[in-house]
Amino acid sequence: MGSLFAVTNTRFLEVTVERDEGKSQAFRVPAYENQTVLDVVSWIQQNADPTLSYRFACRVGMCGSCAMMVNGVPRWTCRTHISKVLEGEAVTIGPLRNLPVVKDLVVDMDPFFDKWVAAEGVHHGGLTRDDPIAAVDEESAARVEANAGIECINCSVCYAACDTVAGNPDYLGPAALQRAWTLLNDAKDEGRVAILDAVSGSGGCHNCHSMGSCTTYCPNELDPMSAIAGLKRETAKSFFRRGR
Amino acid sequence: MLTLRLYMLQRITAMLMAPLVMGHLAVMIYAIQGGLDTAEILGRTQGSVVWFLFYGIFVVAVAIHGAIGLRTIIHEWGGVRGAGLEAVMWVTGVILLGLGARAVWSVTFAAGLGA
Amino acid sequence: MSMARGITSRAHPLWLAYILHRISGLALALFLPLHFWVLALALTDPARLDGFLTLTENGVVKLAEFGLVFLLAVHMFGGLRVMAMEWLPWSAPQKTLAAAAAALSFLIATLFFLQAI
Repeated sequence: MGSLFAVTNTRFLEVTVERDEGKSQAFRVPAYENQTVLDVVSWIQQNADPTLSYRFACRVGMCGSCAMMVNGVPRWTCRTHISKVLEGEAVTIGPLRNLPVVKDLVVDMDPFFDKWVAAEGVHHGGLTRDDPIAAVDEESAARVEANAGIECINCSVCYAACDTVAGNPDYLGPAALQRAWTLLNDAKDEGRVAILDAVSGSGGCHNCHSMGSCTTYCPNELDPMSAIAGLKRETAKSFFRRGR
Repeated sequence: MLTLRLYMLQRITAMLMAPLVMGHLAVMIYAIQGGLDTAEILGRTQGSVVWFLFYGIFVVAVAIHGAIGLRTIIHEWGGVRGAGLEAVMWVTGVILLGLGARAVWSVTFAAGLGA
Repeated sequence: MSMARGITSRAHPLWLAYILHRISGLALALFLPLHFWVLALALTDPARLDGFLTLTENGVVKLAEFGLVFLLAVHMFGGLRVMAMEWLPWSAPQKTLAAAAAALSFLIATLFFLQAI
């Protein structure tokens, strides 16, 4: 975005950035034809205020690093064309909700990953290198179920969108629970009891109210809400088998 | 804060109440035809084992269901946690159960309908 | 409220179903003690109960009753929808189901209201 590209008239965007300690700062950013929200944030940091902190990496919608709140909606800013979110010429950009703010638009992802582990979102392997590779039937119902959730790139958009996460600090959240569900359905995973226990605690799947913001806003079009419903079914079954 | 046990209780009482709610709605629609008065209500419910059981079960279920539901709300929207949360849930349940049981008793087997 | 800070990502049907379910449940839970107390007047003060019951002739009260029945129907059908979504192996369009639940609730409440006139 230098002098090689024509600036389409002298249109300016009114961008409000929510920075540290709830302070909002307004910037006037020149509008361009092919401009994403990430482009807007980058322009601000490069031309207006070098102290603005933000994250990005791939800028092509694969890594999830650039996730931010745009007009109150969690999005991948590199895949959000500015024209889609402008209200008139205005837009508000803030750090992802439900995570501690490190600085400006950068949040601390530790709680998100801690909960990933707490939900037993880790592979529970039973084989050694000397065993033959486990056969996995790609057509089986369980594998299809698992495959529906494995494309998660841990971007935290679902976690930011969820009101239950906002209201309940213990709640493991949609991403972690979806991962637990994929492992539950994974023929190679032997941690069934551990997973069911992990998702039945005070932060477990039963806190989900099925408001579906996770599924609505997942940029990878995954469906954590249905995965969590699956966990509820499995834990309910084990409830009846093991008794109260 | 919902553990598996509370979740199951919530769902089970919900399923139990579904037919009871239908019945209650049907009774209400029927009862309000031509006005509503105490004598008409009591004529139906007084001394009736069926209504006692119907509304008795309803009250127990709603006391549990409502207490757990309110617990969720005061936790997520009110930030209440720990022992305080448990206390509020139990108090809510006891109040609903107590008032409800009294109401059921009043219209079924309580003696002494004044004049 | 810890949830309200600057988020507008809620205007989708499933979220509306959630908030309606929560508000209706809250309203019903707050209404019930009053309902129980009034009914118990049958034992302690039947004349007073009759007094309360004649209030139901009033148009404003009828409107409130309509509201309560609507809330009850909404809460129940919404709850059944949630349980169906959780426990039944359906991948049915959720929005359609949520809409149908609301419509059915409204129908029952209207029926009540019509009978009440």
